[in-house]
Amino acid sequence: MSELTDTILRMRGISKTFPGVRALDDVNLEVLRGEIHAICGENGAGKSTLMKVLSGVYPHGEYDGEIEFDGEPCRFGGIRDSEHKGIVIIHQELALASNLSIAENIYLGNEMATRGLIDWNRTNAAAADLLRRVGLHENPTTPVLDLGVGKQQLVEIAKALSKRVRLLILDEPTAALNDDDSAHLLELLRGLREDGITCVIISHKLNEVLDIADRVTILRDGRTITTLPSEGLTEDRIISGMVGRDLDHRFPPHEPKIGEEVFRVENWTVHSPTQHGRVLVRDATLSLKRGEIVGLAGLMGAGRTELAMSIFGRSYGSDISGRLIKDGKEIRLRSVGEAIEHGIAYATEDRKRYGLNLIEDIKRNVSAAALSRLAKRGWVDDNEEYKVAEGYRKSLNIKAPSVSSVTGKLSGGNQQKVVLAKWIFTDPDVLILDEPTRGIDVGAKYEIYTIINELADAGKAVLVISSELPELLGLCDRIYTLSAGRITGEVPRAEATQEGLMTLMTAGQEIPS
Amino acid sequence: MSSLAPTNADLAVGAPPPVPVSKSGRKFSFNLRQSGIYLAFLAIVLLFTILTGGDMLAPQNISNIIVQNSYILILAIGMILIIIAGHIDLSVGSIVAACGAVAAVLMVEHSVPWPLAILITLVVGGVIGAWQGYWVAYFGIPAFIVTLAGMLLFRAVTLMILGNRGIGPFPDEVRTLSNGFVDGYLGNIGLGALGGADLLSLLVGVASVVGIVVVQWRARKGRQKYGQAVEPFPLFVAKIVVAAALVMFVVVQLARFRNLPWVLVLLAALVLGYSVLTNRAVFGRQIYAIGGNLQAATLSGVKVKSVIFWIFVNMGVLSALAGIIFAGRLNQANPTAGNQFELDAIAAAFIGGAAVQGGVGKVVGAITGGLIMGVINNGMSLIGAESEQVMLVKGAVLLAAVAFDIWTKRRAGASR
Repeated sequence: MSELTDTILRMRGISKTFPGVRALDDVNLEVLRGEIHAICGENGAGKSTLMKVLSGVYPHGEYDGEIEFDGEPCRFGGIRDSEHKGIVIIHQELALASNLSIAENIYLGNEMATRGLIDWNRTNAAAADLLRRVGLHENPTTPVLDLGVGKQQLVEIAKALSKRVRLLILDEPTAALNDDDSAHLLELLRGLREDGITCVIISHKLNEVLDIADRVTILRDGRTITTLPSEGLTEDRIISGMVGRDLDHRFPPHEPKIGEEVFRVENWTVHSPTQHGRVLVRDATLSLKRGEIVGLAGLMGAGRTELAMSIFGRSYGSDISGRLIKDGKEIRLRSVGEAIEHGIAYATEDRKRYGLNLIEDIKRNVSAAALSRLAKRGWVDDNEEYKVAEGYRKSLNIKAPSVSSVTGKLSGGNQQKVVLAKWIFTDPDVLILDEPTRGIDVGAKYEIYTIINELADAGKAVLVISSELPELLGLCDRIYTLSAGRITGEVPRAEATQEGLMTLMTAGQEIPS
Repeated sequence: MSSLAPTNADLAVGAPPPVPVSKSGRKFSFNLRQSGIYLAFLAIVLLFTILTGGDMLAPQNISNIIVQNSYILILAIGMILIIIAGHIDLSVGSIVAACGAVAAVLMVEHSVPWPLAILITLVVGGVIGAWQGYWVAYFGIPAFIVTLAGMLLFRAVTLMILGNRGIGPFPDEVRTLSNGFVDGYLGNIGLGALGGADLLSLLVGVASVVGIVVVQWRARKGRQKYGQAVEPFPLFVAKIVVAAALVMFVVVQLARFRNLPWVLVLLAALVLGYSVLTNRAVFGRQIYAIGGNLQAATLSGVKVKSVIFWIFVNMGVLSALAGIIFAGRLNQANPTAGNQFELDAIAAAFIGGAAVQGGVGKVVGAITGGLIMGVINNGMSLIGAESEQVMLVKGAVLLAAVAFDIWTKRRAGASR
């Protein structure tokens, strides 16, 4: 296996510097023909940068080092050059034109045309073939916006296949997928491996990495730490390579101090704002106690975010009915402002789109939801604002030179801490955290878990929504399961298992195969 | 206010210590994107001063630049708020005309006392703004469409009011506001070689400089008290000296001519008021939050619709004010008044550093942008350039300013 001819890609001594940051420092990577090669590392370790160098996003000349693909030295001037060689990258944030059809997206920039006119019959037929190959049973003329994230991911792969891909790079392909879609995707990658397509996959989900990868390269602080065969490899071994220290526990120890009930949702029903009559959440009832961390588990599309956002001042959904009881009294939350006033906070699952003003600095983001606390008669005291933000920067360990740093330039973990600071500063009694560790590296996750524990210890009720069952099992005192808009179970921590939760999460609906 | 202390800010997080940052040792990098506009302004002024052999900075010419551009600058103040929020207003030129016509009908044809007439006109402007704000904020039509329609609608209203004639003349008080100068209550004093100058104007200038120094000094002390980084003392002093010198230069030149124009007094008050509003008021902060990320602002409890509604109302009122001043200056309300003023106001905002996507911009920047165009107009006409050449240069400057903004952003944005 280890003869020279079997190495399809060799990157040697790759260094890449941004103003003030050395993102890659003499990185070496060798990928064998026909293997699935995983790259692991904390956020900021340089994984994405390395893949951008490889795919020509950073053209030759912007980095140091050599790339050899299929025995030939390569100097890509742009993505088109690398795609010409059969190297295709699928980014974490999918790049599909949502109003165009599946077929149009697959052949975007690569249209099947005769004499300048697109041959739609040929396009759609070829697209249908590709869709069969990736196991997506949809009409090629369906607009992409009608598809869920999992199916869109498959369209991206079909698009890559249409370019006669030989080396497929996937950046966090399963980050936004539920377990079923993830499993399907991983199965598809195995199938592609059978067809001789080499895969490089970046993932934070180490169980997946061990499941699917043949070899694993670990990056840390812009350097290659090691490349290991996945056989006999453990998650702990990868983690210790990524963080450079052993993490005995991925979850901080926590003794819950649970008090009386603080918030209760009764018979909560939410309808779709766009599709008339469609029920997103039906008759949901849940209760939160002071000092308690409660999990909400559900597959993608089960209505988790819809439930949370409809509670949070009706910021999502229509025709909402049910009762909210806070401290024993019924409250009505008709706007986000009223929700904040009543001590409810909701940290969104998509911090870049819904959580932060990325062009503003840390302090203005921290104060955004509670400006009135910093203002006298409508005028903001910006010195107090600085003091508050600086306090959170220290206590939450937000890694930034100062609170005047722009949030768009922070890493995912630090952005998430800014979001948390913003909501902690509203002084809530109930915090709803939607996917609080999505796309965050292991070290920062640990810090976020610690913050959540301390919030609970301060007497707040925390509702954590997460796609990662181990996270809920490690963090929560009690877990609700949501399936197709209904609460299907309530499991105390001691009795919860991944299998048991999964059964509840799929209860009352057809289990997609 | 002790309640300001964040209840959980002292969470002890069991994690590595934060990156050490020294409070005083932080370097102050020169912010090209923010300072560029002011340097460009000075460079343009310098260029035309040389090209015109000093006529550019002559007392009467400085006064002319201020008076001739006052209405555009007033519009630019309203426009920058709208652009920060991520919208646009194409109708301001037509609102200027419509409100000028309303004022003229009230004062000239119905002999309404001028203060009442001005008040009514401002309210009319506010109602027009509310009309547009309703469609944009509550009905959800893009501002581009609403105000494009408004551009036609309010021009039509103007023509319906005025027909094909102009209405005038305006009462003296209104003309004084638009065109006139503060009375020299304290008489003149000699300034040696510079000749006589109005004492009151000079005193106002000195008071402004003292005000600048006091406010800046107190802000600096306040920041230091909170342990915030402040700019190095020499730089602080240098900035104040430059600002004071500029203010005094303009004031001395004006005092040598005919005292302070009333519109300058009005403009100064507006710039000051709106700068504080955008920097310090909750309302102002919310405008930036909306422009920076609409969804995040909504989910932070900002009443987005109401904020958008009110900035359009504000634009309407400022357009009415500009309409009165413009009509007063011509001494006639005219059906073609305000033509293309919206373009000048928008250009002023973008030259002054507003971002096309919203969320960024400053009142002072928009004023500087407006003055840059005013100086180009004035300087080029002084050297006898044709109007098409002026247009060419203004277009090029607008494009260059926005290109520069995007270029600096792209350079800064090249990150992981």
